[in-house]
Amino acid sequence: MKHDLILRVAAKLLIPFILLFALYVQFHGDFGPGGGFQAGVIIAAAVIFYALIYGVEAARKAMPDRLVETMLASGVLIYAGVGLMGLVMGGNYLDYFVLDRDPVLGQHRGIFWVEVGVAVTVSGVMLKVFYMFVSRGRDPE
Amino acid sequence: MSIALHLPALQVVIPLVSAPLAVLVRRADAAFLIVTAASWAAFATAIALWLGTGDGATISYAIGNWQPPWGIEYRVDRLSSFVLLIVSGMAAITLPYSRTSIEREIPHEQHYLFYAMFALCLTGLLGITITGDAFNIFVFLEISSLSSYVLIALGRDRRALMASYQYLVMGTIGATFIVIGIGLLYLMTGTLNLADMAGRLAQVGGTRPVLAALAFLTVGISLKLALYPLHQWLANAYTYAPSAVSAFLAATATKVSIYVLIRFYYSVFGESLVFEKLPLPEIMLLLSLAAMFAASAVAIFQHDLKRLFAYSSVAQIGYITLGLSFDSVTGLTASIVHLFNHAVTKGALFLLIGGAVAAVGGATLSRLSGLARVMPLTSFGIVLGGLSLIGVPGTAGFISKWYLILAALEKGQWWLAIAIVASSLLAVAYVWRFVEVAYFREPSADLATRREAPLGLLVPAWILVSTTLYFGLETSVTVGSAANAAAMLLGIGK
Repeated sequence: MKHDLILRVAAKLLIPFILLFALYVQFHGDFGPGGGFQAGVIIAAAVIFYALIYGVEAARKAMPDRLVETMLASGVLIYAGVGLMGLVMGGNYLDYFVLDRDPVLGQHRGIFWVEVGVAVTVSGVMLKVFYMFVSRGRDPE
Repeated sequence: MSIALHLPALQVVIPLVSAPLAVLVRRADAAFLIVTAASWAAFATAIALWLGTGDGATISYAIGNWQPPWGIEYRVDRLSSFVLLIVSGMAAITLPYSRTSIEREIPHEQHYLFYAMFALCLTGLLGITITGDAFNIFVFLEISSLSSYVLIALGRDRRALMASYQYLVMGTIGATFIVIGIGLLYLMTGTLNLADMAGRLAQVGGTRPVLAALAFLTVGISLKLALYPLHQWLANAYTYAPSAVSAFLAATATKVSIYVLIRFYYSVFGESLVFEKLPLPEIMLLLSLAAMFAASAVAIFQHDLKRLFAYSSVAQIGYITLGLSFDSVTGLTASIVHLFNHAVTKGALFLLIGGAVAAVGGATLSRLSGLARVMPLTSFGIVLGGLSLIGVPGTAGFISKWYLILAALEKGQWWLAIAIVASSLLAVAYVWRFVEVAYFREPSADLATRREAPLGLLVPAWILVSTTLYFGLETSVTVGSAANAAAMLLGIGK
């Protein structure tokens, strides 16, 4: 689809809004439907969309395999790190109450970072799965 | 912050964190160090927890400070700490071994992923054991299952993919049954906390949804623990997986499933429902006998040593479920002790076979002829492990069978005691097949050029072999813990 001008322009216009919507879903997850998982999928969808229009190589340049693999591991670390922060601050594992002087704010802070971790891992996994499928049959293996 | 209070959480979190770290470093040696250190830390934690439950105490930990029964509770008692000890101990021994063994089996650029998967599998198995929450059991079960499918598929034989797929299908059916069972229990009790559920089941026990839940859980868990005739996935999975994975899974995965079964039967449903109102003990007795005889008989006719011992695992699981079916303190003690003894024995055997495979290139019996001349330590270790499978006095296997026979005699069932001895004779037959091939045949010209397995493989394997011998003589730790756990489960001696 490299020569399809309309698609290329439309994609360039749409992708920033898709990413923005992902952020909305991410941060509004505390108050309404949404959250890290959905936001992670939408971020991955934006990249996959880009890959469909501009080719996998271009997408791989924007989101290299190494970055994707780092993302899927670091999201879990962020999540577990929030849990360990609870320990450090004198509570139980994954205890958000102690993350701030005000327990309600602590809950907000805890779930915020947990959702960040979820989004990072989910978009990483989605992209990894996508990259692995599209590279099938290309590698000699 | 006092570390001691948070040991139940750290037991799971340390291996969990090591998995993404292993992926992040992207280097085989660094990943190996991280995951091995984590498994040793997990083992140390398990020892501390085991010591902490010595006086029959129960350690309860509220994740996120949400008090049970609302939040997820981690609950450690004598039984779960004993299983934690088995799982983390086996990981601590298998991981150093895997460094040498996967060198030949897995492409080098995938090594760090292997360690990450291993860490996840360990996390899942430890999590199943430590959690006191029914749905959490399912989540950890999926973590351990999915990672073990990957680990099995890493075998260098292409048939490993098929074996892994077969296990995936069967394992998924099992997990689905388990989650249906948990769902029905939640429907009837409105709680997911196991202890809370047990209290509330007293009011609705014996109603049809509860019986259906019991049936779903029994079949689902039996699939995961490879109870005869639901064992079809096991032989291929153990045969084609990388050596370290065969050893780790054979020693831990089925054992943890048996733990879950015991937990649901005794701590949730209660023995009066499971063992008195339903014909479950009779069914389990028959299936156990079938496993002991049929699987042992099948093992005798195998041509591949790994497959032979895989079928022997099915037979040994039969002994464990046989102990369960007695519904007595002695029977349960025999089952729990055999969890440990069989884990150690089978772990040792698969580690040693891994050494032979690394040197010879395969585990078919025809290739192993004359092995004892070339690899005396490996062969002798396999023979010692085999003796423990048979149940020769002085080995760990003897202890389990002793208590099993005691339990049969307690019930006045002489014929069962005879059956246990008779099935041990079948074990003699399949172990003899190895002895005959390894000790009484001349090595082929090709084999004669090979050497004993490297120390990196021999040392972990022989640690397990000597553990097998040690716990055949010194039983205060194993039988002591098992007897305490059995008494606790049956509500005696509190």
